[in-house]
Amino acid sequence: MDSVNSSTRPAPSRIRKTRNKLADFFLMLHRVYAFVLRFFKEVFLPPYEFKEVIRQCYETGVRSFTLITLTGFIVGVIFTKQSRPSLTDFGATSWLPSLVSIAIMKALAPLVTALIAAGKVGSSIGAELGSMRVTEQIDAMEVSGTKPFKFLVCTRVIATTITIPLLATYTAFIALLGGYLNVSQNEGTTYAVFMDQAFEPLTFIDFWASLIKAIVFGFTIGIVGCYQGYNSTKGTEGVGKAANGAVVTAMFLVFIEEVLIVQIAGWFR
Amino acid sequence: MEKQKAHIDKSNTVIKIRGVEKSFADYDVLRGIDLDLYQGENLVVLGRSGTGKSVLIKLISGLLSVDEGTIEVLGNEVTTITERALEDLRIRIGFSFQNSALYDSMTVRKNLEFPLVRNRKGITRKEINTAVETVLEAVGLSQTINQMPAELSGGQRKRIGIARTLILNPEIMLYDEPTAGLDPITCIEINDLINEVQQRYHTSSIIITHDLTCAKMTGDRIAMLLDGQFQRVGTFDEVFATDDGRVKPFYDYNFIQ
Repeated sequence: MDSVNSSTRPAPSRIRKTRNKLADFFLMLHRVYAFVLRFFKEVFLPPYEFKEVIRQCYETGVRSFTLITLTGFIVGVIFTKQSRPSLTDFGATSWLPSLVSIAIMKALAPLVTALIAAGKVGSSIGAELGSMRVTEQIDAMEVSGTKPFKFLVCTRVIATTITIPLLATYTAFIALLGGYLNVSQNEGTTYAVFMDQAFEPLTFIDFWASLIKAIVFGFTIGIVGCYQGYNSTKGTEGVGKAANGAVVTAMFLVFIEEVLIVQIAGWFR
Repeated sequence: MEKQKAHIDKSNTVIKIRGVEKSFADYDVLRGIDLDLYQGENLVVLGRSGTGKSVLIKLISGLLSVDEGTIEVLGNEVTTITERALEDLRIRIGFSFQNSALYDSMTVRKNLEFPLVRNRKGITRKEINTAVETVLEAVGLSQTINQMPAELSGGQRKRIGIARTLILNPEIMLYDEPTAGLDPITCIEINDLINEVQQRYHTSSIIITHDLTCAKMTGDRIAMLLDGQFQRVGTFDEVFATDDGRVKPFYDYNFIQ
């Protein structure tokens, strides 16, 4: 009898645990959906916090400028350097500008910018709002009749949605500059020829797809950071979890969105 | 400072709580409480840590929702109120948080301006400056106007937190542990400030505390929260004139003795 009990007991417990985890997961999905819905409901209604949006644009955009410049330049140089040997084997080094531009404009610039922004901006939003939640600053805004969601969440999401596409465009040009310097050093190609070859294979759809991708990434990073921070609990531990969750979730979603948008853009070509 | 006699209008109930219950998971915090706050009165809610004192004022301000019962604040039923009406009602209620909850990223001036510019449409810069200077003067901290919250002491933070609620001229003040974590002298200063606010702004207040000095100095009436219910309600002397084994130790072990 005992042996029967011991072998059957863990099974219902495992089922219950899995069921609870599944229920938690769907509950979380529902909360995220409600959070995103609330954003779209509130963002178009007055009062409009223009000053705070500009301040947040400065925080997310200008403060990331140095890091983006450095990373973009290095990506351009390294990608060009690593691609050259393969093209040299086929005697196709003249294709290097085109290859570099396709890779940078279509994929690397928005992706690299989004990953850096997820780490720098997303974690900062998660930690800041998380800290405001646990020190009751958000409750203080709530009870004084102000709209904390509008002031804290809408402004930050608008700011990331605006600045990350701008940063991605800037990253593309800096990375192309890095690529040009490398090509010009080895092949002696002039700037005009490099740019001519670089933009030749790109179509209007490529630019649009890249821009839309960056807008979606910006929105994702902002909303995930805000969701994690705004719903943070459990004191200082919760602040750490919010910052960490903001980075990990945003990076994961950015990769999924990258695949989806590439697929969708392919249908329009 | 001796507490001046308050003008309490017992015919006007500003907060009416009936049969309120609140649980967290399996823990029943409030088990069917009834309470009235009269116009102009300072009502102190006393109780041990974890008895649901702070939960009570969060229910009143709509930060938490009740499981059962009704809460009527200034004629509005908080449990069924619309979001818009709750926002309007909250402007009439001042909430002073235990840890002050000042906005870290803003100066004292910006902290005070924040609720004002968002709730008073068409207010001029001159009116904002006057309002900020008036409340800062009322809490005795005019010199801190350009300081950041991190540069203030615990007592100063409490005062600025109170000033931030006063700037909207609230009819009701809710104080959550106003003297927690402060030295005895600063505690007395905060107690005096609570009394001064009552006199100057004609507010009705609920003061959540476990500090008997604060209760005695500020309370017109005391409500003792024990086991999720108000066991004793009355003046300070009435509440503690008992041999109840749950109330007496509270008095006996306090430094006031």
